[in-house]
Amino acid sequence: MSWKQIATPILAIIAFLALWEFIVWVNGWPTYVMAAPSDLPAAYERYWKLFFVMGWQTLWRTVAGLLIAVVFGTMLGMLMGFSKLARDALYPLLVGFNAIPKATLVPVLALLFIGQHDFNTVLMAFLISFFPIAVSVGIGLSTLEPEYRDILGALGASKFTIFRKIALPKTLPEFFGALKVSVTLAFIGTNLVEIISPHGKGLGALFQSGATNGDYPLMFAVLIALAFLGIVLYYAVVALERIFAGWAEREAH
Amino acid sequence: MSPAPFFSTGRCMTPLIDIRGVSHAYQTKSGPLPVLDGLDLQVPQGAFCAVVGPSGCGKSTLTRLVAGLMKPDLGEVFLHGEKVTSPRKTVGMAFQNPVMLEWRSILENVMLPLEIVAPRMRRAEMVARAEHLLAMVGLAGFEAKRPSELSGGMRQRASLCRAIVHKPEVLIMDEPFGALDNFTREDLWQIMRDLRAAEPFTAVLITHDLRESVFLGDQVIVLSGRPARAQYVLDVDLPDDRSIDVLYEPKATNMLHVLRDQIRVAQGRDAGGH
Repeated sequence: MSWKQIATPILAIIAFLALWEFIVWVNGWPTYVMAAPSDLPAAYERYWKLFFVMGWQTLWRTVAGLLIAVVFGTMLGMLMGFSKLARDALYPLLVGFNAIPKATLVPVLALLFIGQHDFNTVLMAFLISFFPIAVSVGIGLSTLEPEYRDILGALGASKFTIFRKIALPKTLPEFFGALKVSVTLAFIGTNLVEIISPHGKGLGALFQSGATNGDYPLMFAVLIALAFLGIVLYYAVVALERIFAGWAEREAH
Repeated sequence: MSPAPFFSTGRCMTPLIDIRGVSHAYQTKSGPLPVLDGLDLQVPQGAFCAVVGPSGCGKSTLTRLVAGLMKPDLGEVFLHGEKVTSPRKTVGMAFQNPVMLEWRSILENVMLPLEIVAPRMRRAEMVARAEHLLAMVGLAGFEAKRPSELSGGMRQRASLCRAIVHKPEVLIMDEPFGALDNFTREDLWQIMRDLRAAEPFTAVLITHDLRESVFLGDQVIVLSGRPARAQYVLDVDLPDDRSIDVLYEPKATNMLHVLRDQIRVAQGRDAGGH
C-alpha cells in the first residue's frame, strides 16, 4: 500500500467530519437536536471503559454469527450449486426469507429463547447474513464452465476432487464478494437485537442508554464507534481475500 | 526422446480408437435432436486424425464420447479393443478455451493432471516433467507466471502441455486453435507437430480450419451435416516433418480443394458451387 492509498480515505473522512461540523454550526443546532463531531471526544472520554466492554460484546457476537453464516451459507450454496432440484426448491424460500425485515423477527426470537441474549443476538447476526453467501456460492458452483469439470473429469477424477481442486478455489472470489456484504449485515443484525430487545449488552445498549438520558453526544459517539467497528470488520475480510483469493485481483491499468 | 509412460498400457490391437455405429441424440424441449447417426471411425495407433464438418454437426459430442465423458445412445467406442464406458487416465484433453486455473501458476497448471493420474509421483519429478514440456513449447521462464499474465497463444501452449503432461495415449482436442489469430495459429501448428515428434500419441483434432487439418492430420475425416456420419476420409500423404510451406504446394492445395467440396456437400450444397 502506498502513502496515497492510506491518505486518500483519511482525507475523505476528515472532509466528511468537517462538513458535518459545518452544517451543525451554520444551523446553530444545540446538542439535543444534533451533535457535532466536536462534541464527541467528551463522550468518549467519559465512557471509554463502556465503549471497550460493550464494543467487544457487539464484536464477538457479530463474528460468531458471521462464522455460522459462513459454514451454513457455504453448505447451502453447495447444495444449490450441485443439485438443480435443491436450487428450484430452495430459491423462492430463501428469497422470501431474505425479504422479511429482520427487525420483525427480534421479538419472535426473544420469546422463543427467553433470556438467552447472547444466543439470540448471534442467531440474528447469522440469520441476516447467510443469504448472500449461499447465493453466491450456489451461483459460482452452478455456473462452472463444463470445460473446467472436463479437464479433470476426463481423467476419471472423482466429484470431490473436482470440487476441491477446481470448483472451490474458482468460487472463492465470489465467496469473498458476498462475505463483504454479509459482514456488514451481521453487524446490523447484532445491533438490531441490542436496540430492539434491550438486555444491557453491546453498543446497542449504550446507544439506548444515551437515548433514555437524552445524551445526544453519547448516541452519536456510539454511531461513530459502530461505523469504526464495521470498517475494521470489512477490512479484515479484505485482508483474508488478499490472502486466499489474491490471484483474482488484476493490476489496474 | 520417448520416455516410458507413467502407467501400463496393454497394447494388443490396432486401430487404437474404434468407433462403431455410434448414434446419439440430445433431449431438447422440442423433442430429440439427433447429432450423430451411425458414425464409424477408426484411428490407428500413433495416427493424427483431424475431424472437420459443418457447424453444429456433433464434433464436440464425438470428443466427449471418445473421452468417456458420455455414453452414446447406440453403438460403441473402443480404445485398444476395450469398450469405453467411463473416463480413463490415458486420455488428454484440450479445448478452444485454454481453461487455465487462474489461482495456479503456469507450472502448477501443467502439473494438474499428474496430481490426479500419478498422485504418488514425487513433486520434483512433476516439476521437471512440466518444465521440460514448457521449454519445448517456448514457455521457459514463464513457469511462475499467472495465466492472466500470458497472451492467448501462450495460454493455449500451456494448455497443450497440460493435455500431454501425463503422457496420454490419446490426445483429444476440440478446436484448440480456434480463437487465435492466424499467425499465432500457425505457430501452434508447428509446436503441435514438434510435440508429436517428441512424444508419440494418437490424436483426434476437431477443427474448422481445413489448412490446419491438412497440416496436422494423417487422415482428415469429413463429417456430414447433423446428424453426422463419416462422409469422407482423406489420407494425407505428406511427410511427417512438413513445414507450413507445404500447404502452398499443389499436392496440398488439391487436398484442400477436395475437402472444400466435401464440406459443401456436407452443408447440403452441390460440390463445385460457390
